[in-house]
Amino acid sequence: MLTKRIIPCLDIKNGRTVKGINFVGLRDAGDPVELAERYSKDGADELVFLDITATKERRKTLVEMVEKVARKINIPFTVGGGISSVEDVNVLLRAGADKVSINSSAVKNPKLINDLANKFGSQCVVLAVDAKLINNEWKVFLVGGRVETELNLFDWVKEGIERGVGEILFTSMNNDGTKNGFANNALKRLSEEVNVPIIASGGAGTIQHFIDTFKEGKSDAALAASVFHFKEIEIVDLKNKLKDQGIKVRL
Amino acid sequence: MSKIVIIDYGAGNVRSVQFALERLGYDAICSNDAEVIKSADKVIFPGVGEAKSAMKEIRRQGLEKVIPKLEQPVLGICLGMQLMCQFSKENNTECLNIFPIDVLKFDKQLKVPQIGWNTINNFKGDLFKGIEENYYVYYVHSYYVPKNEFAVALTDYGIQYAGAIQKDNFYACQFHPEKSSSIGEQILKNFIEL
Repeated sequence: MLTKRIIPCLDIKNGRTVKGINFVGLRDAGDPVELAERYSKDGADELVFLDITATKERRKTLVEMVEKVARKINIPFTVGGGISSVEDVNVLLRAGADKVSINSSAVKNPKLINDLANKFGSQCVVLAVDAKLINNEWKVFLVGGRVETELNLFDWVKEGIERGVGEILFTSMNNDGTKNGFANNALKRLSEEVNVPIIASGGAGTIQHFIDTFKEGKSDAALAASVFHFKEIEIVDLKNKLKDQGIKVRL
Repeated sequence: MSKIVIIDYGAGNVRSVQFALERLGYDAICSNDAEVIKSADKVIFPGVGEAKSAMKEIRRQGLEKVIPKLEQPVLGICLGMQLMCQFSKENNTECLNIFPIDVLKFDKQLKVPQIGWNTINNFKGDLFKGIEENYYVYYVHSYYVPKNEFAVALTDYGIQYAGAIQKDNFYACQFHPEKSSSIGEQILKNFIEL
């Protein structure tokens, strides 16, 4: 039986892992390759690397990091951040990434999704969506949560799937960094309205939050950063507790 | 030491496979050269992508005539496995016809693609030597090879389907051994040591 996935997320800036609160206020959280190796040994099911560097040298540094990670770890990983062309994806996949996530560039140029899905297959294209609940509507934000759009989360996700994305990584900006739990109402609605896997992101603080997002939020995978980076939650403890709750996990 | 060649036709995750072999202490060459492929002791045929464009690349490089005639052990991975079949429902693609099977799409009731760790069981043959049944391997796919006479491992996702198949010197698995933690590494090792 297919298991629920636990996915540590590494935000990368200039080759280091960083973690912010509500998308700002970055703290250093270590060498991404070492962290990736630790997580892979600790039983993480997958990893996500999001590159938030804004310099021109970014792509080269990122590709080098991807290759180093791919050499070291024997679990799959997704790379995102600043991907805007078929060639960007080709370079990352050839360096050893398994999937890519696209965000702002897909909103600006939705056809990019079709192009990527046709060239590389839906299974390696993850649509990352940052959204915020404003006046009872989930609005999509771009550029790491800095630019508001007119797009509705649910409409955009459905368009992305029609165009060919194979997975949704939904980050609730209301929950991100708060450690108060995932946005389970929105996650549940997403999971019921679409038939691709949904990764819950934003708000993990306790083991109970993971239990809740799998049970109430119907999420297929849960992503978190600081609780893992700063060892507030050990992956093996988390998975044992999930198993005790009757949630299928790989142990 | 045996010569391992990973077929690099431009649409595969060649580096991941190469790195996994490196971790196991094996050197592998990535190539699309027919002579290099034919001269290998072991051939790995990986795949990430979409069937139609992958087959187009394979035909453009003349590999559709080479791969089915290989006589050494060949291991297809993921899309590689599907391309070794007769036909894929993914954009109605004629494939290499090493296995006379049609590749189907998962039912719409399920979340598609299947992404994540699922169990394999009902092992047959050497590929799964020393591996416990019902352990987890990593899958990411929308299309599947139905249960058939060549199945050497089965997996359940809505229905029971072929997690791995084998016919003579041709081996193939739907999951990614190069991304399936230590069990995947054992499967790769078993293949190299055939």
